[in-house]
Amino acid sequence: MTRSLTYVEALREGMRQEMERDETVFVMGEGVGLRGSAFKQTAGFYDQFGPERVRDTAISELAIAGAAVGAAISGMRPIADLMWIDFTTLACDQICNQAAKLHYVSNGQIKVPAVFRATTGHLRGQAAQHCGSWYAFYCNIPGLKVVLPSCPSDAKGLILSAIRDDGPVIYLEHKMLLNVREEVAEDLAPTPLGVAAIRREGADLTLVASGLMVPESLKAAREVEAEGVSVEVVDLRTLMPYDSECILRSFRKTGRLLVVDEGFRYCGLGSEIISLVIERAMDYMDDSPRQLTARHTTVPFSPPLEDCVFPNSRTIAAEIRDMFGLVKL
Amino acid sequence: MNRKTKLALLEMMLRIRKTELRLAEIYRSGDLTGALHLYEGEEAIAAGVCAALNRDDFITSTHRGSGHCVARGMPLRTLIAEVYGKATGCCGGKGGHMHMFDVDAGIMGTTGIVGAGMPLATGLGLSIQLRKTSQVAVAFFSDGASNNGAFHESLNMAAVWKLPVLFVCENNGYATSVSARRSTSVTDIGVRGAGYGIPGVTVDGNRVDRVYQAASEAVRRARAGEGPTLIECQTYRIRGHYEGDDWWEYRDSAEVEEARRRDPIAFWQAALVEDGVLGEKTLDEMNARIDSDIEDAVQFAAASPLPEPEQAFVPAHPQPA
Repeated sequence: MTRSLTYVEALREGMRQEMERDETVFVMGEGVGLRGSAFKQTAGFYDQFGPERVRDTAISELAIAGAAVGAAISGMRPIADLMWIDFTTLACDQICNQAAKLHYVSNGQIKVPAVFRATTGHLRGQAAQHCGSWYAFYCNIPGLKVVLPSCPSDAKGLILSAIRDDGPVIYLEHKMLLNVREEVAEDLAPTPLGVAAIRREGADLTLVASGLMVPESLKAAREVEAEGVSVEVVDLRTLMPYDSECILRSFRKTGRLLVVDEGFRYCGLGSEIISLVIERAMDYMDDSPRQLTARHTTVPFSPPLEDCVFPNSRTIAAEIRDMFGLVKL
Repeated sequence: MNRKTKLALLEMMLRIRKTELRLAEIYRSGDLTGALHLYEGEEAIAAGVCAALNRDDFITSTHRGSGHCVARGMPLRTLIAEVYGKATGCCGGKGGHMHMFDVDAGIMGTTGIVGAGMPLATGLGLSIQLRKTSQVAVAFFSDGASNNGAFHESLNMAAVWKLPVLFVCENNGYATSVSARRSTSVTDIGVRGAGYGIPGVTVDGNRVDRVYQAASEAVRRARAGEGPTLIECQTYRIRGHYEGDDWWEYRDSAEVEEARRRDPIAFWQAALVEDGVLGEKTLDEMNARIDSDIEDAVQFAAASPLPEPEQAFVPAHPQPA
């Protein structure tokens, strides 16, 4: 059975189903209990599962993350809500030095089945310290998996996989997608980690994106279709380990690449995907690969300033036109 | 305390001391790589606390952690082999002295990050509470770590949720090269417990009987659901921060010599002799047992193979195909 659910509702349903199925799963974080989380991700959980498994905490990111790791290495499956990815910097030691490393450094004695959830990306007026897209940083740490759903079905499918995974997973929720709606199956199968999705088939250009950049790219792809450019849109879904095979398969077909990345440009995800195709599919290349990223700046507050920073459907379409020498009609 | 416990505490302290000194000797010979942070002079803390624990309890340790591992009963063979980086080490050579794990002994890690064990122990305590077992978790840490944010966040969380955790602060007077006097706002770190509404006790960390008593009471409280305890054990770091540290740059040798006179093992040994618990024969047997175990472990470690290079990628980290 499918119902129309928002991204947040789908995420919530995924967590609820896992908590019903597996009593070692629990949620902890600032306001996950009585308030039901900052964006209602856990609304109703406190009444359904009680305060033991839906644990309101202090604003104490290091202890939230560390307690999640400690619980995970001793038989539990915690979901730690760190609210904003910008705040995960306060928990970094426990995520990057502990969660990511304990399985390896203990030579496999220890497993760390913990999920660290945080919202990511920009939202009008959130400015300098609430608009982070820090995923490239976490992708760079051996031992972590990073996922970012772009639609309600994956919001649910990826949380199911993240909770069931035996290693630490950073699960990112895009703030601009929280109210996006689609039909979602009640008995949805988990979205496998490490597998991208082709959101739109095309012959001329491989466009790789994730999160909010997926719907923005699809909009741009529809626009330039009328101008004769057929764009294939690859939704990464899992940012680490990303689906290199899917990207390469698409690129070998189109010979052109544009990565649209809400994160920053230098040493970022866009550069990573470009280096992948250069190293592995140079022979198929018809044009210089490109990336369209957030500008290398602190995110400003005022709307006309903020509008200059992130890619959107308009700037994506303009970039595609530039690649194909088109003039906007 | 019965006779058996008294002798066991002495034997454990001797076992730790002799292991540490043997590691120092091997290190000087150039057979080991990396950094080695030794525990000489602080043995009463690991021995006293771990004697109050059960086999299925958890500990998190520090960068100065081999003493805790010995006290928890990690086999000396796998411990010393790990320090050698051998395939037969407790972590197959992945960890070395600063990252040792033995889940069977409840050792959830020595760590290279000062303070990192406290949030982990808090989570172990949370898991114990959720799984409704009667275990406890112990975080060993230092005076240095008590000035770290992890201390505050962990004690607050453990106190709010009444988690079965012992926070054992080994105040050895130095955070790497900076003395506690110059870096810590209080003389007795135990008083910080009051800031979290939990018992905070300060004991002479060179008196194994007092450490054992304090730990036993904290374990009782934890198992009874009464929550965490902060135990400060005041001791002294006899050696440099690491082997090869030029410690005379930041402290007087007179201070070290003074501390040597408060040796926890010499004290306890004399006390047991005076008690009539310890005779020469018992002590000789004890020393012979320990020496033979250490020699066996060193030979095992030295003769063990290094890991195969491809083991660097096992367990594998998640990465693109």
